[in-house]
Amino acid sequence: MEKMTRVSGTVSGCTMFCHLDAPANAISVCRDATQVVVAGRNIFKIYGLEEDGFVERLNLRVGRKPSLNFSCADVMWHQMEENLLATAATNGAVVTWNLARPCRNKQEQLFTEHKRTVNKVCFHPTEVNMLLSGSQDGFMKCFDLRKKESVSTFSGQSESVRDVQFSIKDYFTFAASFENGNVQLWDIRRPDRYERMFTAHTGPVFCCDWHPEDRGWLATGGRDKMVKVWDMSTNRVKEIYCVQTIASVARVKWRPERRYHLATCSMMVDHNIYVWDVRRPFIPFATFEEHKDVTTGIVWRHQHDPYFLLSGSKDSTLYQHMFKDASRPVDRANPEGLCFGLFGDLAFAAKESLMSAPQSVGDVGRKTYPGGDRRYPIFFFKKPDVTEQFAQVSSALSVFESEAGSSVGMDWFINTAQSYLLSGKPFAELCEHNAQVAKRLNRPQESTTWTMLRIMFSEPANPSLSSNHNLNKSGNLPLVNSFSMKEMSAALNERNKENRQDNLHSLETNLNNNDENEETEGSEGQAEYLFGDAELDDDDLYSMEHDNQAEEPEYLLPQEAFPLRHEIMDHPSAPEPVQEKPESPHVSGSEAESTCLTPMESFSLISVSQLLFSPHLPPKFFCPIVKEMLCYYAEQGDVQMAVSVLIVLGDRIRKEIDELTQEHWYMSYIDLLQRFELWNVSNEVIKLSTCGAIMCLNQTSTTLHINCSNCKRPMSNKGWICDRCHHCASVCAVCHHVVKGLFVWCQGCSHGGHLEHVMEWLKQSKHCPAGCGHLCEYT
Amino acid sequence: TFLSEKQCYSQLFSFENVRPGRNVNLSFEKDRASLLCMKALANRGRLDSVSQQMASHPQYLESFLRTQHYILYMDGPLPVHYRHYIAIMAAARHHCRYLVSLHSAQFLLADGDPLWLQGLEAAPLRLQHLDHINKVLAHQPWLTARSHIQALLKTGEQCWSLAELVQAVVLLAHCHSLCSFVFGSGSDSDTTPTPRVHHGTPPGYCLCDAANGNTALSPSLAGPTEKAPRRREEDEAMFSADPSRFVTDPEFGYQEFARREEDHFQVFRVQDYSWEDHGFSLVNRLYSDIGHLLDERFRNVASLPFPHSPDLKRAIWNYIHCIYGIRYDDYDYGEVNRLLERGLKLYIKAVACYPDSSKTPLCPLSWAPVKASDKVHVNLLVMEARLQAELLYALRAITQYMIA
Repeated sequence: MEKMTRVSGTVSGCTMFCHLDAPANAISVCRDATQVVVAGRNIFKIYGLEEDGFVERLNLRVGRKPSLNFSCADVMWHQMEENLLATAATNGAVVTWNLARPCRNKQEQLFTEHKRTVNKVCFHPTEVNMLLSGSQDGFMKCFDLRKKESVSTFSGQSESVRDVQFSIKDYFTFAASFENGNVQLWDIRRPDRYERMFTAHTGPVFCCDWHPEDRGWLATGGRDKMVKVWDMSTNRVKEIYCVQTIASVARVKWRPERRYHLATCSMMVDHNIYVWDVRRPFIPFATFEEHKDVTTGIVWRHQHDPYFLLSGSKDSTLYQHMFKDASRPVDRANPEGLCFGLFGDLAFAAKESLMSAPQSVGDVGRKTYPGGDRRYPIFFFKKPDVTEQFAQVSSALSVFESEAGSSVGMDWFINTAQSYLLSGKPFAELCEHNAQVAKRLNRPQESTTWTMLRIMFSEPANPSLSSNHNLNKSGNLPLVNSFSMKEMSAALNERNKENRQDNLHSLETNLNNNDENEETEGSEGQAEYLFGDAELDDDDLYSMEHDNQAEEPEYLLPQEAFPLRHEIMDHPSAPEPVQEKPESPHVSGSEAESTCLTPMESFSLISVSQLLFSPHLPPKFFCPIVKEMLCYYAEQGDVQMAVSVLIVLGDRIRKEIDELTQEHWYMSYIDLLQRFELWNVSNEVIKLSTCGAIMCLNQTSTTLHINCSNCKRPMSNKGWICDRCHHCASVCAVCHHVVKGLFVWCQGCSHGGHLEHVMEWLKQSKHCPAGCGHLCEYT
Repeated sequence: TFLSEKQCYSQLFSFENVRPGRNVNLSFEKDRASLLCMKALANRGRLDSVSQQMASHPQYLESFLRTQHYILYMDGPLPVHYRHYIAIMAAARHHCRYLVSLHSAQFLLADGDPLWLQGLEAAPLRLQHLDHINKVLAHQPWLTARSHIQALLKTGEQCWSLAELVQAVVLLAHCHSLCSFVFGSGSDSDTTPTPRVHHGTPPGYCLCDAANGNTALSPSLAGPTEKAPRRREEDEAMFSADPSRFVTDPEFGYQEFARREEDHFQVFRVQDYSWEDHGFSLVNRLYSDIGHLLDERFRNVASLPFPHSPDLKRAIWNYIHCIYGIRYDDYDYGEVNRLLERGLKLYIKAVACYPDSSKTPLCPLSWAPVKASDKVHVNLLVMEARLQAELLYALRAITQYMIA
C-alpha cells in the first residue's frame, strides 16, 4: 500500500508516442518507471518518460559498424539494480550493460555460449547477480554476473526455447516455453532434469508470464492463437482459463493490481494490443489500436500501476498507452441478444441486473424494455466505471415460449393440420368442420373461406333450408343477416373481388343464409335434424330441388360411399339421385358443365331482380375465384390452406390448377408436416392427393429387410420362415406361435412377439417374456 | 485399370526388394512406404518416380504427398484446372518436361480447356498476370516486392483475391522446388516411354533404375501407362511438348545474390522474418491448414536420419538460403566452406538454382556421393530449403502489402 501511494504520486502522463529510428524488438522499463529501454536489430536506446513525451536519454549502440551483438532479440532491465541491463542478441550472445560505466560503451559482459539466437533473457527478481537465458539451440543457461561463464546449463531435450521466466514467488523455480508446444518447470538447483513438463499449445509457445500475486498461475501464449492460464499449484497442471485471440500470441503480460487481467500482442497480421479479462474470454476488455505494424514488446510501466502500458512496434514507434484512452470493445458490443426459435420461442439475453426484477414471464418482454428504455443498459455501461471492471460479466437468458394459438408460434399450424378433416364426410360437412376449426384457432379469414367454399360448391338448397327453418323458429333473420353480410363483404374485399360485386350481390342471399346457419348451429350433429326440417320446407321454397332432398339421408350413410355421392350433390339437375350413385365423378363433372346454361340465365335474372331465393350458380362459375384464392394463400405461405382446400374440393377445382403447381403445394405442405413430425397427417395428405408424383411418395421405401434370428441370414421369401434353416424366425415370446402380423420387439434384448401379447405381458411384468432377465419397457 | 494397378503393386514390391535396405525397422518402414505408395497410386492411378525416390524416407513422403494432394486437389479458392495450369507455368520456368506433361494431363482431366495448353498467350489474362511473380520467384526471389502483390491484387476485372494469390504462390514455390528435386534425382526422363540413360546417375543407384525399368526385376514404369486408358497416354504424348511455350523472357535466370549485395537489395534476415514466427501464421491465415502441412514438411526434413553430423545438414540448409540471400545472424558462414566440399557445393547450387537440364552450365554434375541415400537426402534438403526461401520472400511481400 505504501508503494501504491508512492506510485500515484510519481507516475502520471498521457497517451504519447515517439518515433524510433528502427523497428523495435523488445522493450523494458526500469523499476522506478521513469525510463524505458528499446532494443531491436538496429536500435538500442534509453528513453526518459516525461510528463508530456519521451526524451532520448542514451544511445547504447556505439561504434562505427556495430557488431551483431547489438542486434537484440530481447532486453531486460534489472528490477533491483537500476544500472543493469541484459540483452539477448540474434547471433546467440548474451550481453549485460552497466549504465554506470564512465565510457561511452556501456557493455559489461559478453557470454557467447549459445550456438543459436537467444530468444529471451530474464533477471532473477530478487537475486541481483542471477541471469537466465533461453535460446534457439534448445538450451537455457544460468549466469552469475560475477563470473565469466554460465554456472549451469539446462537442456530442455526438446526444440528451441522461446521464453524463460523466473517465478516471482518461488525463489528457485523458473518456467520455460518451447517451440514444440511444451512448457517446462525447472528448479534452478537441478540442471539435470526438469521438475515438470506439460504440453500447453499446439505449435510454438511464444511466451509465458507468472502471475504477480497468485503463486501458481502461469499464462502462456502460442502460435495457435490461444492464451491459456495454468494452475501449477496442484499436482496435475490444470488449465483454468483459455482466451482465443485472432492471431498468434507473441507476448503476454499480467496486468498489475488486476487479478484477472492480462495484456497480449500478436506477432503477425494483428497490430493491436488487447487487455483481456480471462474470465470473459470472448471479448477483449480493452484494446489499444495505435500501432501500424505488429507490436513486438509490451510492458506495464510500473509493477503496481495498472493504468500505463508501454509498447514498442515494428512500425518504429514507442507508445505510452493510457488505460482511460483504450477503446472498449464491450461498449460497442450489443449487450442484449434476441432470437426466434423454430417454433416461435423467443430467447432473450440481457444483463442479469436488468433481468432480476421478479416478473411474470409473459410481461417481461413487453414491459421491461419498451422501445426507448432499450438504450438504458448501454448507457449504463458507458458511465465511467469506478472499478474498471466489466460492469456485468454475467447475463441472464430467458426463453419465452409462445402460447398455443398465438400469432407468433406455429401451433396453429399443428392444430390445424390435426383438426382439419379432409375426407370421410360430405363436402359441406367437411367445410363446415374446417371452418369451425379455423374459427376456434382464431383465424377468421380461413374460417370464412371455408364457409364460402361450402356455399359456392355445395347444393345451396339444404343449408338455406335449414336456415329458413331457423328463421321460422326464431324470427331474427334480419339481425343475423346484416351481421353476416358485413363479414362476408369484408372477406370478399380482401380478395379483391370488387369487380364481381354485381355477381356477388346475387349470391349474398344465399351466403347470408348459410352464414347464419353457421352462426346458429353449434355442432355437427345436426344432419339428422336438417333432414327432417328440409322435408318440411322443401315444398314451400324450392320446388326445383326435390331431388336433393331425397339425397339428404345419405349424409348419414357409412363413410366409404361418400366421395362419390359427394360429387353428385353438386349437380342438382340430375333428376334421380339413385341413378347417379354409380356414376363416376368425372361423368357427373361433365354433366355439370352441360347444365351450366340454365343457371347462367337465371343468374342474369337474379342480378336484376335481387330475389331472395335465387336459383344457384354453377360451381364452375366460382372456379377462377377459388383458384385465385388458392394461389393467394399459397403465396402468403399458408400452403396448408391451399392444399386442404384443394383436397376437400377435389375434382371441383383440380382441373383448374396446373399439375405442377399442385405438386409444388403438396410437396411444400408435406415437407412442413414432416418437419413438425405430423406423420399421420402427412400420410393422409399423400393418400388423398391426386398428383401421381405425390401419391407415389407413399410407395417408396416400404420394404423392411429382416434377417433370420436363427441363422442370421437375410430372409427372402416370407417374413416368418427362413428358407435356409427352415426355422420359424419370428416366434412370439409369449405364446410361442409364429408372428405373421405386427411384430414388436425390445430394442434392448431383441425379444418380442405379437404386439398385443407383449403389451399385455408387460402390463403385468417388468421382465422380458423370453425370460432373459432384461427389463423391457413398452411405451 | 485393375490389371494395371496390380502390375503397379507387383512393381512396387519388387522395387522394395531392390532397395538397398537400411536394416533399422526395415519391415515397418517398408510397410509404411508401400502403404503410402498404394495410396498415391489409388489417388492418381500411377506412381511417379518422385514418390518412388522419396519412399526411402516414408515419414517425409507422407507429409510431402499430403501437402501436394492438399494444394492440388483439396479445399482452396482456386479451381482445380487453374492449379494445374499454375503448376505447368511453374515447372516450365525450369524446363521440367516431366512436371509439365504430368500437370498437362491432370489439367485435361480436370476439364481444363485444351486450348490453354498451346501456350501462355492462350490462357486467361489472370493467369498471364501471374507470370511475372512466377519468373521472379523461380530465379531471383529476393526481387519479390510489395508492388508485385499490389499489382496482382489491384481491383479490376482480372484481379486476384488475397486467398487465391496465396494459394498460387504456395503452388509456384512447391513446383519450383519440386523441379529441383526432379532434376537432382534425374527423374526428368520419366516421361519418355523409352528408357534413357540419365546423366550422372551412378550405377549403384538402384532406386532410379528400378523406377525406369533398367533392371530386369521389375516391369518398366511404362507398364501402368500402357494399361491405363488410351486417352491419357495420348494426351501425355501430345502435351509433353516443349515447356518453353509457357515461358516468357526465357533469358531471365538466376544471378548471384552475393554480387548484388552491395546494391540496394537488403539481406533477408531470418531473425526478422522466419517461417516459424511469421510465415506460418500468415500463410495459415490466408490459406487454412496449409501452414500445418508445410510446417510438418519442414520438420520432417529437418529430422530425417542423417548419417553425418547435424552441422553438415545445417550448413547445407543455410548455404541454400544464402544462395537466395537469406542470412542467419547466428550462423558462421565460414562453416559452409569448412564442411561442404567443392563438388557438393556446386551440386547444391546447380540443383537449387539451375534445375534445367536444357542449359545446365555445370553439367555434368561432378559430385558423386558415397551412398545413394545421401543424394536423395541432399535433394530433399535442397527442395525444402528452396521452398521455404521462396515462401519467405513471397509472404514477406504479402505482409508488407497488408501493412501498407
